[in-house]
Amino acid sequence: MIEFRSVSKQFPDGTLAVEDFSLTLPSHQTTVLVGSSGSGKTTLLRMINRMVDPSSGAIEIDGVGIHTLEPVQLRRRIGYVMQNSGLLPHRTVIDNVATVPLLRGTPKKNARQDALALLDTVGLDRSLADRYPSQLSGGQQQRVGVARGLAVNPNILLMDEPFGAVDPIVRAELQQELIRLQSELGKTVVFVTHDIEEAFLLGDQVVILREGGRIAQIGSPAEILANPADDFVASFVGADRGKRALHLERRGDGDVLVDSEGRLAGVLVPGGRPHETKAGPFPGPGAPAQGGEPQ
Amino acid sequence: MNLFVDALNWILDPANYTGPGGISVRLVEHLGFTVVALLMASAIAIPCGFVIGHTGRGRGLAVATSGGLRAIPTLGLLTLVALWIGIGLGAPYVALTVLAIPPILAGAYTGFEAIDRAVIDSARSVGMSEAQIVRTVEIPLGLPLLIAGLRSATLQVVATATLAAYVADFGLGRFLFAGLKTRDYGEMLGGSILVILLAFALEGIFTVVQRLVVPRGVASGRLPVDRARSARPSPGMEPAITEGNH
Repeated sequence: MIEFRSVSKQFPDGTLAVEDFSLTLPSHQTTVLVGSSGSGKTTLLRMINRMVDPSSGAIEIDGVGIHTLEPVQLRRRIGYVMQNSGLLPHRTVIDNVATVPLLRGTPKKNARQDALALLDTVGLDRSLADRYPSQLSGGQQQRVGVARGLAVNPNILLMDEPFGAVDPIVRAELQQELIRLQSELGKTVVFVTHDIEEAFLLGDQVVILREGGRIAQIGSPAEILANPADDFVASFVGADRGKRALHLERRGDGDVLVDSEGRLAGVLVPGGRPHETKAGPFPGPGAPAQGGEPQ
Repeated sequence: MNLFVDALNWILDPANYTGPGGISVRLVEHLGFTVVALLMASAIAIPCGFVIGHTGRGRGLAVATSGGLRAIPTLGLLTLVALWIGIGLGAPYVALTVLAIPPILAGAYTGFEAIDRAVIDSARSVGMSEAQIVRTVEIPLGLPLLIAGLRSATLQVVATATLAAYVADFGLGRFLFAGLKTRDYGEMLGGSILVILLAFALEGIFTVVQRLVVPRGVASGRLPVDRARSARPSPGMEPAITEGNH
């Protein structure tokens, strides 16, 4: 469990990135911080592994204040996945994945074996092990990034817009992969994104942030969609318009779902969804697989 | 043209290679002097450059200092130091170390600065200590530019080391000064040609070294990560780089 207690962060140039932020992130669940740029979401994420230290307030992991922990040691037990993978360009895939275990003193042979197994876990072929990052596609690089994040078997996995730089098709693939991984591994995932679709797809708990890290609403995707706290949230999630405001209409000899602009959004399927979407708390409309306009 | 013939004859005359003042001895002296001056300059410039490059602090000071050092006329400095500490090799070593510091310093810190910030940020995020970041990320990735700095310092030092003969009986510069004094222009030109050949040889060595130190996986030492390529899924396609190829 990760707890933020009245955390504020003011940068030396005077910018107040986060102001009096309090939040509890439950263990073994995915919490998504979502907001536009300037909402302080990345700053909040980077506070958890002490890449940024708060100006005031405290952060605890399982009851231990992280300000009492040595940053380097703390970071080595937290998985970190960033946009553009951040892989070391002069090291092979396998060496990148094994980086942190080697730093922690795992014997080289074991570290490499574990790294190979992790390539399987993230769905990469072992033949890529000796490639360099620049020889991989963007999607493959992100998978290596995830494998590296998992290499120390951390309880906590921080993901900073990890799928932001890949094309939509690969992104959808990686999102599904993460859902599968999370159902197997049950990590405490903290995920930062500006994409509300991604937040609803991946999050058990979604935190919508306004500027300065002020929380607009916390809840499951269904709660937020069904009861947006205010106009800001409603407009951010798009519940008041377009493809999320659906109604049933009789067309020809069947009922179809139509959005507020009159576009065909899909049909009601009895008993849930027909194929691979998240087995989680997301009964609402607007799942990307439902057709309609591309996101 | 007659002068060139004289110079070539002088260079090709085996008699000029033997003895305590022969070409062989002078060549070794000259080369040894160059190496020592570079080592001294490196001992000062490389650690400073690494600190500046890693912390991002003191860059303005480094630029200003290097600019100042570059502006000092080497012959003037040499004379000044020689007047101060006396005739001998001390003064040329000081003057040429000062000459070699700016390019090496610049190579050291620009090498670090050219590394994609995201790479260093991520190295820190996964739990590398600052020393580990310098050792395993910044030095290997910054090495090509450091070598480029050393290369340019080497060329300057090997050419300017002729000045050592101004205050000491030392190096290939001896032939220039002796030739000038005795109006033996063949010897003088021959001496300069030897310096030029030595510079070419060192340049050739550095060309090879510079190619060798580019880390595998990095197409060019300047841009470790090519973002333009990262959005395209190409599983099992041809390797995108040449250096990392098997």
